[in-house]
Amino acid sequence: MSFRIGLVTFPGSLDDRDAARAVEMAGGTAVPLFHASDDLKEVQAVVLPGGFSYGDYLRCGAIARFAPIMNSIVTAADHGFPVLGICNGFQVLCESHLLPGALTRNSNLHFLCRDQKLKIENTKTMWTTGFKQGQEILIPLKNGEGSFQCDDETLNMLESEGRVIARYVDFDPNGSRNLIAGISNERGNVVGLMPHPEHAIESLTGPSTDGLTFFTSVLHQLVGR
Amino acid sequence: MAKIIVEVMLKPEILDPQGQAVASALPRLGFTFAKSVRQGKRFEIEVAGDPTPAQLAEVEKAAETLLSNPVIETYVVKIEK
Repeated sequence: MSFRIGLVTFPGSLDDRDAARAVEMAGGTAVPLFHASDDLKEVQAVVLPGGFSYGDYLRCGAIARFAPIMNSIVTAADHGFPVLGICNGFQVLCESHLLPGALTRNSNLHFLCRDQKLKIENTKTMWTTGFKQGQEILIPLKNGEGSFQCDDETLNMLESEGRVIARYVDFDPNGSRNLIAGISNERGNVVGLMPHPEHAIESLTGPSTDGLTFFTSVLHQLVGR
Repeated sequence: MAKIIVEVMLKPEILDPQGQAVASALPRLGFTFAKSVRQGKRFEIEVAGDPTPAQLAEVEKAAETLLSNPVIETYVVKIEK
């Protein structure tokens, strides 16, 4: 039996299909979840995909946070349920206060779409155990509001607790503090990542297959539970 | 009919590239008065009659939970007649 991983579709989600494909390629069973229902359908982990939920009106992720499915996810996450938020999903996790900080407009104001090199800095979260410490990976980055911002106190906390999971390498795409591309919660079950691992799972369509490791990592962690 | 106004601004320490872009566009049009520009949001909320203290308390709550993100933004609530 393979593990069931839920993919949430909000109005305006774009990458839910790609994320589902990544889950299946990693060996999991992809289960579509709908924003308007609070039913997690007995999934063992959830991915919040990229896109423009609710048109990104007000602030990115601000309205999605109040969707019925998010109530279930926030409650489950507090009990150690694995959650990965990619791009818009990361923004939703910050707005939900599952992760600290906020994502703001790229410092150069441009919508960026590029293959971005990252350095993996924490291999202990549910979603990153398959990487080597310090491993460099190449996955697509595509967003307009990817600049990670927080106050100094939060930044010091993230750094001292090793909760920065990935940093941009060679190029600063958006003015994120300390070049942060992704962070985790204290327990390591909730991870937010601005670039898109689900677009880097096959050499035919992605710049690498590095992204697949996020999905295989969580499946291995679920087996070990 | 009164309006309740909620103004939301990025905290001073948060980078505001939109405001910066506006600030650098102004001199190109010959406007040289601006030392800096910060850009924010304004919500105009219509209510029937004069806003009650209970309504204002609700608006405060909405401003804190939905209209602003306290991590990066501050807000003020005003009444406009």
